[in-house]
Amino acid sequence: MITLAALVVLLPFLGAFAGLLGGRRLPQPWVACVPVAVSTVLAAVVAFAVWRSPGERTGTLTLIHTGSLPIRVGLQVDGLSGLVGVMVCCVAVAVQVYSVAYMADDRRYTSYAAFVSLFTAAMLLVVFAGDLLLLYAGWEVMGVCSYFLIGHHWEDRANSRAAVKAFLVTRLGDVGFLFGIFVLGVAAKSFTISDVLARVGTMSHTTLTAAALLLLCGVVGKSAQFPLHTWLPDAMAGPTPISALIHAATMVAAGIYFVARVYPVFWLVPSALAVLGILAVVSMVGSALAALAQDDLKRVLAYSTISQLAVMAAGLAVGARSAVLFHLVTHAAFKALLFLAAGCVIHATTTNLLARYGGLRRTMPITFWSMTVGFAALIGVPAFSGWFSKDAVIAAAQHGAVHNGDYAGKMQTGWFAHASTGNPPPPAGTPKDHVWTIHLRPYPELHLPAGVAWVIYLGLLLTVVLTAAYSARAWLMTFFGEPRAVARAHEAPSEGVPEVTVPRAYETSVADTVELSIPAEGEVTKEPSSAHAHEAPKLMTWPVMALAVPAAILGFFGLGASELRPELGSALLSAVLVAVGFGGMWLVWNRDPAADPARALGPVRPVFAKAFYLDELYALVIVRPVLKLARGVAVFDRIGIDAAVVGTARAARRLGGALRIPQNGNAQSYLTALLGGVVVITALVVIFQ
Amino acid sequence: MMAIPACAALALLVPRARFLPDDASLGRFGILVSGATLLVGLSAVTAFDFSDASRAQLSVNRTWESSIGLRFHLGVDGISLPLVVLTALLTFLCFVYTYRHPPAGGRLRLLTALLLVLEIGMLGTFVALDLILFFVFFEVVLLPMFAVILIWGGADRRAAATKFILYTLLGSGLLLAGMLLIAVNAGTLDMTELARRHGAGVSHGVQIAGFLLMMLGFGVKAPMWPLHTWLPDAHTEAPTVGSVLLAGVLLKMGTYGLVRIAVPSAPDGARSCATALGLLAVIGIVYGALACLAQTDLKRMIAYSSVGHMGFVLLGIATLTPVGLNAALFGNIAHGLITGLLFFLAGSIKDRYGTGDLARIGGGMLGTAPRLASFLTFASVASLGLPGLAGFWGEMLALLGAYKPDAGLSRPAFVTFMAFGGIGAVLTAAYFLRLLSKITHGRPRADAAEAAAVAAPTVYEYAAWVPLVALTLLVGLWPKTLLAVTSEPVRALFGGLG
Repeated sequence: MITLAALVVLLPFLGAFAGLLGGRRLPQPWVACVPVAVSTVLAAVVAFAVWRSPGERTGTLTLIHTGSLPIRVGLQVDGLSGLVGVMVCCVAVAVQVYSVAYMADDRRYTSYAAFVSLFTAAMLLVVFAGDLLLLYAGWEVMGVCSYFLIGHHWEDRANSRAAVKAFLVTRLGDVGFLFGIFVLGVAAKSFTISDVLARVGTMSHTTLTAAALLLLCGVVGKSAQFPLHTWLPDAMAGPTPISALIHAATMVAAGIYFVARVYPVFWLVPSALAVLGILAVVSMVGSALAALAQDDLKRVLAYSTISQLAVMAAGLAVGARSAVLFHLVTHAAFKALLFLAAGCVIHATTTNLLARYGGLRRTMPITFWSMTVGFAALIGVPAFSGWFSKDAVIAAAQHGAVHNGDYAGKMQTGWFAHASTGNPPPPAGTPKDHVWTIHLRPYPELHLPAGVAWVIYLGLLLTVVLTAAYSARAWLMTFFGEPRAVARAHEAPSEGVPEVTVPRAYETSVADTVELSIPAEGEVTKEPSSAHAHEAPKLMTWPVMALAVPAAILGFFGLGASELRPELGSALLSAVLVAVGFGGMWLVWNRDPAADPARALGPVRPVFAKAFYLDELYALVIVRPVLKLARGVAVFDRIGIDAAVVGTARAARRLGGALRIPQNGNAQSYLTALLGGVVVITALVVIFQ
Repeated sequence: MMAIPACAALALLVPRARFLPDDASLGRFGILVSGATLLVGLSAVTAFDFSDASRAQLSVNRTWESSIGLRFHLGVDGISLPLVVLTALLTFLCFVYTYRHPPAGGRLRLLTALLLVLEIGMLGTFVALDLILFFVFFEVVLLPMFAVILIWGGADRRAAATKFILYTLLGSGLLLAGMLLIAVNAGTLDMTELARRHGAGVSHGVQIAGFLLMMLGFGVKAPMWPLHTWLPDAHTEAPTVGSVLLAGVLLKMGTYGLVRIAVPSAPDGARSCATALGLLAVIGIVYGALACLAQTDLKRMIAYSSVGHMGFVLLGIATLTPVGLNAALFGNIAHGLITGLLFFLAGSIKDRYGTGDLARIGGGMLGTAPRLASFLTFASVASLGLPGLAGFWGEMLALLGAYKPDAGLSRPAFVTFMAFGGIGAVLTAAYFLRLLSKITHGRPRADAAEAAAVAAPTVYEYAAWVPLVALTLLVGLWPKTLLAVTSEPVRALFGGLG
């Protein structure tokens, strides 16, 4: 079992290695796709085995003694990791297959595919790691792979900057994360996850609070939550399949996954959960508003990702762990679907800009229907997967808000994998269950301040409305109305589009799809548009269609578990809210299908479009002072410390110079001095006698 | 008892300059000699008994000057063995590199001879087990390096070389004073003996004074902030092989000395000074990283990055915990491999572009020289501490050590150090990514007509790079290779401390 899990992790890793070393001699698409595909099968086998006989299995390859706590190089398989492992593998396969066609003209497909494989391996390592430091290793490797992949089109400085930003922002959080691991590990005297979880009950509250808050830094960074979310929209500079892989299904999911993995730690620290909840609400509402005003299809999806991850984070904050995992899986399916379908649209129209789309439903029917499924799942149209999972989260939040912050029930111990398929919980005799019951029983009920509970609940409801609105806008502008090339021909380019974002987004799209050596200026004249769009190659549409199936029906799996079944009241409420959001957007759009419905936002539109100017604020408050400090240090080093050193040397030489005067080699002066000395001595002797 | 690397190098020094009519054969000779040394080093690894890594093995112990108890005592244990192999490897790679890429300035014969003497000094430092002998080898290194910088260096080589030698000699003076102070009070010059006593019989005050002097002496070499200013100049001006050895090995002598001599022989002194050492180390980390962020010259930037990285090593030592010392030793090796690689690459870049100035190199190196740029990317990513590559483990363990320092030290202070060390790690990532983004990304400069003609790396360059890359990967993916060797002797060092 553990061997299988190890193979799941190692195969993509070896694929990446072979791809990088083999270069063009190897049939690269095969090197890229086959290991991941095999991994998927193995991951499915692992998950199936865990489902058949639940419980936790660990295996250790070796112990590394560090002088204090050893690092256990080992894996851990249980329902949670089995489920998420399958999810990651599925999306990775879809992305690799899709990329074969999408990146067919790219000269650097080799390194691209290798980094995708390496990335997948790192994510799987995070999923299956049995040791916190091993998990951290995978966590960071993912970060650097995302750096390489976002910066894939490095010819453009903007992409390079986006890549650097993504890495640095997440790394900033990761430092806190590493310290959190230290705190937990040292307190538990082991970095092994199961040991740590078994001993959380014995840790002091201060330790746990510190650990939980520090770990949150990393989670917030990776899962792109406020205030470290700013890297994600910029990360859209990467090729679209990468957006699907990293920014929908895997890397950003890692943060949520991690909280779920070490949930007992957070469960015991309601204050950390409250912080998580508040950050989540800020993220979900803020980014949903920002998504409302974006001009770039991928950025709309990026902000929606932040928003959806925040829904998960909020769910974690209210103790709905199973619901969150449910939503994690459904979100991975429908968001990957949306991104890949968006890639088809971009491929066909060679632009990212919503304003240049329109009427695509006729020319790209497959993409249209897939994307419709994706959007339906995203906004939570009843019976689509997102409706079930989001509703489970909302129901939990509602329960807490109504009961003044008391969340019903104990921590949900049932692993999602068997819970969702209706399997009974593990028999009480298994050793793992033993550990759980022993250490779960003393857990108090979760209690958040009533205000926080209400804020989370209302935030979630507001997000449902906004999600419906921005999805409707993107959907309508892309697939309905007239093809834009005609419409734009007699329309002055004076709509309220913020000037700055256009060229960059546009360049990105050019770099994305057109052969790289063509200079961007030459391409501008071709006026990309939706007029002559056509369906994307089969290798691209197949994965999209394949993903559309789970995006549509995955929700029904939740019916098997009691805590995931929709509750009538909240389900109806959210359906009504969806209708409000969608209907409102449709009314605005219908008045003038050629124009951008975001115009209804009026003066706040630029504020939303720039995501509340947070980037500018960070640049002003953090980036520039650091650079200034750096320059100051460099100058100080030269004229401060080094000058002191050189000055010391000069002083020494001057002192030496003074001493050199008597030793000028002139015998006459020596003799004179000698005589003078004798005279002085004689005089002294005479005087003092 | 078998011959050890230092003896081999010594013996092979004799026939230099007698034969070898031309540069090519001279180069081959250099490769041969250093290769043989490397082989001896590797055979020492095979002969080494890993189950007893804390004992000095393969040792030679003869009376040298009986009147003052001076002994010619050499040997390796788990602490020095990795460094010995690293030294032999880097010197060998330097010779391989020099064979096709000699530094401007000719006089290859002299260079070969100097590098060999340098190798003797470096190896000797790591295998010496007698204080005076250690000091002799420690000093032997200085003059060849001085000459290498002075003769084959860049434009400002005179000032840089002078600063280097004066500064390090000053440090050596303090070091000698410190070592003698301890030795005279303890009554022995033998390092194994001193380590076994754990400072017994030496009064507290003497230990503090001794440790302080040694800390300053080794701190100049390490380099410890604020004693680092010789380093950027020396690195920038030195030829490629000089920089590689300087960064790869010479800096390690300082931290090695702290671990090998200062901490075990004056543990009380170490405890009293550890907080100060930790503070300076952390300042070095953050300061080095900030200085890097503002550099415009490639080699200078790498040089300042050494200040930051060695800061992590010093922080590890300052924690006075087994994990901290392991981190220091690990960091030593990792830094040697990675920074060695970085300086090789910087040398190649400077050869091709004729400048180390970031702005003049321009961007787009991934397009014009993809292989070179890929190696540079790899080295930078390794250097910024990516897990899975060598740089990570040293940093991570040092921070872990700082989270829980020795019981006699102030925990809040060290936790603060840890936090700042973490910020330093972020800044490290920032400047390396800035470097990559500046020269490997973007489009090449419009006026760089020669950019298209950037030569592909030669076989000899690959030969110098690939072993370092491979080892970085090996040590990074499987840190046990190193930790298993160092853990036991480190624990032995703490026999009287913990």
